[in-house]
Amino acid sequence: MCGIVGLLVRDPALEADLGRHFTAMLEEMTARGPDSAGMAIYDRGVPQGSQRWSLRGDGASTNWKAVQSAIDAAGGTSSEIEILDNIAFLVTSANHAAVHEGLKHAADEKITVVGVGQAMKLIKDVGLPREICDHYNVPAMTGYMALGHTRMATESAVTTDGAHPFSPSNDLALVHNGSFSNHASIRRQLLDAGVRCITDNDTEVAAQFIGYRMAQGDDLEEAMRHVLKEFDGFFTLVVTAERSFSVVRDAFACKPMVIAETDAYVAVASEYHALASLPGIDNARVFEPHPEEIHTWTV
Amino acid sequence: MSVQTDAPTTLDVRALGVTAVNRALRALPDGAQATLVEVRGAHNLAVGLTNKINITINGNTGYYVAGLCDGPDVTINGSVGWGVGENLMSGVVRVRGNASESTAATAHGGLVIVEGDASSRAAISLKGGNLAVAGNVGHMSAFMAQAGTVLVGGDAGDSLGDSLYEAVVYVGGKIRSLGADARVEELTEADIAKIREMCAAAGFDHINPENVTKVASAKQLYNFDALKNQRY
Repeated sequence: MCGIVGLLVRDPALEADLGRHFTAMLEEMTARGPDSAGMAIYDRGVPQGSQRWSLRGDGASTNWKAVQSAIDAAGGTSSEIEILDNIAFLVTSANHAAVHEGLKHAADEKITVVGVGQAMKLIKDVGLPREICDHYNVPAMTGYMALGHTRMATESAVTTDGAHPFSPSNDLALVHNGSFSNHASIRRQLLDAGVRCITDNDTEVAAQFIGYRMAQGDDLEEAMRHVLKEFDGFFTLVVTAERSFSVVRDAFACKPMVIAETDAYVAVASEYHALASLPGIDNARVFEPHPEEIHTWTV
Repeated sequence: MSVQTDAPTTLDVRALGVTAVNRALRALPDGAQATLVEVRGAHNLAVGLTNKINITINGNTGYYVAGLCDGPDVTINGSVGWGVGENLMSGVVRVRGNASESTAATAHGGLVIVEGDASSRAAISLKGGNLAVAGNVGHMSAFMAQAGTVLVGGDAGDSLGDSLYEAVVYVGGKIRSLGADARVEELTEADIAKIREMCAAAGFDHINPENVTKVASAKQLYNFDALKNQRY
């Protein structure tokens, strides 16, 4: 079991309350996944030409100033950093090579890159969803889209690295409820194509697969169709890209998903009660995706 | 909790919690009326009750609403999650909206009515109960259904009636595909009478009892034939 929630805002007036609504939704999914949680929050706060790096330190004692200075020195640029305990969001115009060079210089700080993109903030941790949201100040966050996951681990260990979402490439985030039975085979095929998975987690393989397909020119929906063709197992997947949001269930549809659509938002959740507090829910169009049916919305 | 017996009881699910609501329902005498409000998608409402009471649930519910019941009549003014009326023994469960997966799963008796659509695996392993759906049903419906009747006013999804035993399925609309060992059979007078009876019980007037497709077991998978091909 795992819990999924997602919220895509259509009415800009709702953007200010994104974090508050999202946190309430994620907390409702605690019973489906109490061991870890994670989220990708999308806003338009990053200036053109810059990117936001979601970084995780090795503990609370990370010297973020040293990390920032090392990246600035490597890129010959100046960055802005928002620090939330052992996670930081660094916005910089330095290119990928320069950021990785900087992180190499600051190797003592043992930084993990969790995600990068023009719009995405990626947070994940072990513990109860509500505590994680409060710890990282998620209720106060604003933005146009959020994707979240509560995990009950079955296929790999309970670690922060094993928590969802997985982000294989810029602004792309994937969460999964279910299990893949052929992830080892696809992991090897991806390796042959030069794509290396970092964790033992089955979901990461699907994320890397979608990242690889999109790098080959697929759009999000085409990549999802390839997932249906190649992956064996039980799954409800929700994937967000910078401007799109996509949902798919496997042929058996054993893993739940409820979608609520209004003029103001599209919201998804594993169970309806996670949607029950949203404004206007009583007049929303509420439905479930059919097996192997891909639903995609764009912002 | 003290319960008034001469007036309808209103129970606030959000304020009381599911366990307290179910305890209060269980304490009501036969003939009592209860209304549940502030439901907000809660699971396991009105389950395991044996008293002959009338329950109205205002709002969308979560999983297993009215499951395991042997007595009450339950009306849900909203849509329901997985497993509405699961293992129902008797009574009428009416869903005014749509139902998610596994509607009336393993129901032994009673009648589950869905006025909208029901999703995948409706009436899975039905054991003698009845399911009437005004709209469509999803894939794998009536899978391994052993006894009872399923009436579908709209269309049925893939693999309808896979591995059916004695249960019978009537479909007013199209069938996307039949499951293994399910076959279409001619309607008999007895079938038409049964459909008429279910339509009347459900309050459906959009189904022509003489113009539905009957699906039943072809009985090729019904038992193992120990000698067939000599290779079990």
